[in-house]
Amino acid sequence: MQYLKNIRVVLSLLFFLPILLFFIDFTGKLPIELHQLLSLQWLPALLSLNMVMLSVLLILSVLFGRLYCSTICPLGVFQDIVSWKARFFFKRKMRFNFRKAQNILRYSILAITIIGFIAGSSIFIVLLDPYSTFGRIVSQFIRPIAIFANNQAAGLGSQMGFYALHEVNQSAFVPVSFGISLFFVLLVSILSWSKGRLYCNTICPVGSGLGLLSKFSVFKIAFDHSQCNTCGLCEKKCKSECIDSQKRTVDESRCVSCFNCISACKKGGINLDFRYKKSSAPPVDSNTTSSRRAFLVSSGAILATAAFAAPKKLISNNDLILDRKPIMPPGATDRSHFNKHCTACQLCITKCPMNVLKPAALQYGLSGIMQPHLVVSTEVFCSFDCDICTSVCPTGALKKSDLATKKRTQIGIAKFRRELCVVQVHEKDCGACAEHCPTQAVHMVQYKNGLTIPEVTENICIGCGGCESICPVHPYPAIYIEGTESQKLALKPKEAEKFTKKVDDFGF
Amino acid sequence: MKRRDFFKSAAALGLTSILTPSNLIGAPTEKSISVDKGTDLVAVMGGEPEAMLIRALNEMGGIKKYVKKGQTVLIKPNIGWDKAPEMAANTNPQLVGALVKLCKSAGAAKVIVFDHTCSNWEKSYQNSGISEAVMAAGGRMLPGNDESYYKEVELPHGVKLTKAKIHQAVLDCDVWFNVPVMKHHGGAKNSLSMKNLMGIVWDRKTFHLNDLHQCIADIATFHKKPALNIIDAYRMMKSNGPQGKSEADVVMLKSLIMSPDYVAADTAAVKLFSQVQPVDINTVKHIALAEKAKVGTQNLEKLNVKRIKMD
Repeated sequence: MQYLKNIRVVLSLLFFLPILLFFIDFTGKLPIELHQLLSLQWLPALLSLNMVMLSVLLILSVLFGRLYCSTICPLGVFQDIVSWKARFFFKRKMRFNFRKAQNILRYSILAITIIGFIAGSSIFIVLLDPYSTFGRIVSQFIRPIAIFANNQAAGLGSQMGFYALHEVNQSAFVPVSFGISLFFVLLVSILSWSKGRLYCNTICPVGSGLGLLSKFSVFKIAFDHSQCNTCGLCEKKCKSECIDSQKRTVDESRCVSCFNCISACKKGGINLDFRYKKSSAPPVDSNTTSSRRAFLVSSGAILATAAFAAPKKLISNNDLILDRKPIMPPGATDRSHFNKHCTACQLCITKCPMNVLKPAALQYGLSGIMQPHLVVSTEVFCSFDCDICTSVCPTGALKKSDLATKKRTQIGIAKFRRELCVVQVHEKDCGACAEHCPTQAVHMVQYKNGLTIPEVTENICIGCGGCESICPVHPYPAIYIEGTESQKLALKPKEAEKFTKKVDDFGF
Repeated sequence: MKRRDFFKSAAALGLTSILTPSNLIGAPTEKSISVDKGTDLVAVMGGEPEAMLIRALNEMGGIKKYVKKGQTVLIKPNIGWDKAPEMAANTNPQLVGALVKLCKSAGAAKVIVFDHTCSNWEKSYQNSGISEAVMAAGGRMLPGNDESYYKEVELPHGVKLTKAKIHQAVLDCDVWFNVPVMKHHGGAKNSLSMKNLMGIVWDRKTFHLNDLHQCIADIATFHKKPALNIIDAYRMMKSNGPQGKSEADVVMLKSLIMSPDYVAADTAAVKLFSQVQPVDINTVKHIALAEKAKVGTQNLEKLNVKRIKMD
């Protein structure tokens, strides 16, 4: 059964590399369909209630336990790679030892995450979903390095008259998401460097949840007492540190089905075994007692309430614009749906060709930390003919619709402040906002002396921010987008009258 | 026909004004005068984009008059928007492609095309059909999306705009063609050859903030003038410009205006535009402002204008 590990490694790379490259890709060259891979992640599948993917994941878990953790989860594979790299720095190659499970910690985190979600806050899912944590690690650290390298090359190229590469804008630096991502990348890296999958087995709520499930998996890792000579090689190789070679036990709730132990054993003393063939294995002690459960419920409830006491406003009040409602990406429908279902994986942010999506700090409150919102700035607005964000969202936080619907989805409404407008203040033509308005919700009307001034028809405005992005008035533009709590459908803009006469004179 | 007769007499009048004694030194015939003087402006109507381009260029002396062997040629169309050719928000791709082909046939070493777009640049290049047409004709698309491509130049004759960051492709090329599309424009009233210059500049907000029309006139004083302004009016956006809402904004005009003179080209264009939607040329203020800065003339009667109908 030595081949099992090799299959696992190949499978894990088949998931890991495309996901990694998809997150890094700043050229838009990779097919957008790659996002389908992400619907096979546990939390996205759960949140979007993707029945097909959920069935696949459930069947996998029922058959092989936590195979998800060792092959499909990109954060898991990332840890394996760190751990594998660390091997070159350790004198001893075999370095894991059995350790006791951190049951209180891991099941508390799981309970808090679930209770929090039921109570309406996704803060723990946002912080702890392993797929999303990985997404943030790539988007905050790996992708910027790749873009930096590209821009250096493009800069050199353009100096020599070579334009095959071109500069790509870096995503904005948002301290909150950078800080949180930094904390997790350090935590995950340090733990996996010397302790293997300790993160997955103590902090990750998906790991803990699957651990409960894997106690009933059809196949499990088990000792063959007739072959095992308790040499301990399997224990040294077990990155979950869940094998006690002396007692010949495997804590299945922590086993991620990596099959390293099987490969390590020279005797065939440890194997993937059919659980229900005969009642020979001694039962592993149960983890959740009723008293513990009570503890979990209470602690969970306390923490969840704490999360809701979110600071309402931490932003100063210099100008209406700084105080505006956040603008959700198209397809978010309404605030509660969006904030609850988004895991802040940052995929839409990395895919946005206009770079208008940025991770939120506290604009949505504590619960919506790092979730995407639109930040309009010079040349940065929501492109009319684009719905990439809604297409790639794996969690269903952004609901996919056809492009025609997206073109009418009101993510916000333009607010015109005439008293700041160039036309009124300087009495000169401008019209930049109307120029950029794809629906002509912002259009020019007669002002005086042949001048025209903008006017907004709110019911056809979709809030793309084209107007705000080009408004020359600084620092607070004369036209800006106010976000909405719930996204409605704008009316169809009225078409112009057709010109049907024939022109056969130049007019000069 | 009356109008045409009027033009004929006006042209004759213009000719007599040229035939002053000082011009007559060297005893020129009427024919040689028109050759010396050359054509100042050509307007073509009724053909396909490529045919109209070739016809107009022939009147102007042929492509070889402008493009020499081994030169680097820049073409600056309007590719401002992520819109399909039918919307007429961007210059006609066939016209741009045909011009690339002509430049190549005249021996140009490199033909490059770019615009500082308003929509996402890659999508605009693609959706306008221009990227495909240019590559098929052997030209190259350049990005214009990053400030690092732009170099600051002085505009000593500018009133409001005394310096601007201009794309280095414009600064480096041997010869360039300004190829706008004729359309309605909410801010500038009409978007024509001078308005198209905002696409060679990095900071457009400055224009809008400091008197749009004056800034457009100022950028037209930039010393490196295009060899020709070729205004595409094959399809013309008559309303809701510069982006347009739907194809109802578009009129099939099947026309083209060509002139090395910004002001003359734009004056003629406003008049052609007015055949569909009347525009008071005084509201397109940058035309008069540019004339004041001696960029060109609005007085078409003084120029040698060719009007060609192809159908």
